[in-house]
Amino acid sequence: MSDTTLPPDRRQAFSDRVRRAATNGRLTAGLILLPPALILFTLFVILPLGESGLYAFYDWNGYGAPQDFVGLRNFEQMFGHSVFSIAVWNTVKIILISLLIQMPLALLLALLIYRKTPTNAVFRLIFFVPYIMAEVAAGLIWSFVFDGNYGVTASIATTLGIERFFVLADRELAFYAVMVVIVWKYFGFHMMIYIAALQGVPDDQIEAAQIEGASRPQIVRHVQVPHIKPAIAVSAFFAIIGALQVFDVIIPLTNGGPSNQTHTIVTYLYEFGLTRLRIGYGSAVGVVLFIVAVLVAVFYQRIFMKKGTA
Amino acid sequence: MTGPHVWRNVARLTLLVIVASFVLAPLWATVMGGFKTNAEIRTAAFAVPEAFNIEFYGAILSDPAFWRYLGNSMLISSAAVILTLIVGSAAAYVFAQIKFFGSNFLFSYLLLGLMFPFATAILPLFIKIRDIGLLDTYWAVILPQTAFGLSLAILLFRTFFAQLPKELFEAAYIDGCGYVRFFIMFTLPLSTPILATVGVFVFVQSWNNFLLPLVVLNSREVFTWPLGMMQYRGEYVTQWNQTLAFVTLSLVPAVVFFLAAQKYIVAGLTGGAVKG
Repeated sequence: MSDTTLPPDRRQAFSDRVRRAATNGRLTAGLILLPPALILFTLFVILPLGESGLYAFYDWNGYGAPQDFVGLRNFEQMFGHSVFSIAVWNTVKIILISLLIQMPLALLLALLIYRKTPTNAVFRLIFFVPYIMAEVAAGLIWSFVFDGNYGVTASIATTLGIERFFVLADRELAFYAVMVVIVWKYFGFHMMIYIAALQGVPDDQIEAAQIEGASRPQIVRHVQVPHIKPAIAVSAFFAIIGALQVFDVIIPLTNGGPSNQTHTIVTYLYEFGLTRLRIGYGSAVGVVLFIVAVLVAVFYQRIFMKKGTA
Repeated sequence: MTGPHVWRNVARLTLLVIVASFVLAPLWATVMGGFKTNAEIRTAAFAVPEAFNIEFYGAILSDPAFWRYLGNSMLISSAAVILTLIVGSAAAYVFAQIKFFGSNFLFSYLLLGLMFPFATAILPLFIKIRDIGLLDTYWAVILPQTAFGLSLAILLFRTFFAQLPKELFEAAYIDGCGYVRFFIMFTLPLSTPILATVGVFVFVQSWNNFLLPLVVLNSREVFTWPLGMMQYRGEYVTQWNQTLAFVTLSLVPAVVFFLAAQKYIVAGLTGGAVKG
């Protein structure tokens, strides 16, 4: 909306505005209050992001200035690396499990306990507990659960009298274990979003449907779910963005193993970029992650906006 | 009519109890594990301990390292909250109150942080912090956390500030009150709900953060509690009772904090989610 060009006759007005702004404290206010945020944000968010885009084209160990320009070689290497494919595929699996299991579970539970009663409040609190815990703590607790030597799994094997099994050391099973932990950790968050939305559905609409003889499933399908569609879209967006960032949970559980089977994009970035001090390579991974995140955000907004207007 | 109704309720409660058990069982095993001998953990992980050994919890509570980790986290999280509230509200106030050339552009610029995950720029961030000479200091965590929290904070603050009555400012302005003074004397005191929401949100994020401290902190003197916990786990690989006692005790502040600030946390998380 603001004027981007200044015709000559408006220049006078502009300098007037500047003078007035300076005298009534607007300019000083702007000059005192705005720069801290701009400086912090530029220095620690935007510059590193831009540098990712620069370093990604270098082979650089982080010491001295990046000099060894390699063009797209980091990207070629990344897309040719089988572990990177595993990491991407694992991220896709997390998204699928979130959309197909976690969100329906969260919606079902939300429908069961969205009404404000004391019992419901207790269940709501219980289901939300994993979400308020640190991811690392959650990962550590579950690594105890899955520990076939000294942990809960060992105890279960002893009790049932079966041979010990090691879920996290199994190439096939390890990532399922990770996904169990992710569902355990986050379904409460999605449930809370749905509960907040369900409490906003007008009671008279539900009552009207009841009077017309609608069954409970029909009310859910035709009144409640359509009403909370925006909340479902938001929770899907967070599930996808969250899946792109999974890191903390993996480190205590499997640290990416066994034989790199449980890496996600961020653990891959950490393992093959930072711990090996391949700053250029890790930055290239960061660039890919950035592009995917932006695509998701743009894509989401397109769909969401369309639905909003239709 | 009561027949199907009762059955439906039973089915509903059964499902809720099953899910609740799935949620609570690992936590129960963790809390109880801190009281058990390792042999007992291996054979009866879910049982109530035969005897409550308090030595493992005692060992953690009397370990100065445990308190140092918690203290470091407390310091870092509090500083991140204070800095985010001050810097974020100041900028948001300018956007809400003063229209100037390029203000929309700068506002959108500051919201870019909502677009991408923190991890994308972690390597250049590490290099930058190293070059500034902040590696292994509290600031290495505080400043980037504040910077990344600013986008959401400014978005929420500006929305809130814009809803405050305009007449108030006009009256104060006629009385000779300037923009900065008005911000400090009126806007901030009137905005405690949103300050609390954002503050709690930033605190929880900072308290639980793992990746950034992992990358920029090296010495145990400055470790935050998640790093300390992983360190502990590495030292006592086979002695789960020690680690479980540590995990349980480090979760206590989080649970207490959650119960105290539940209103703001739920508002911040779901509200922030909806707006983000």
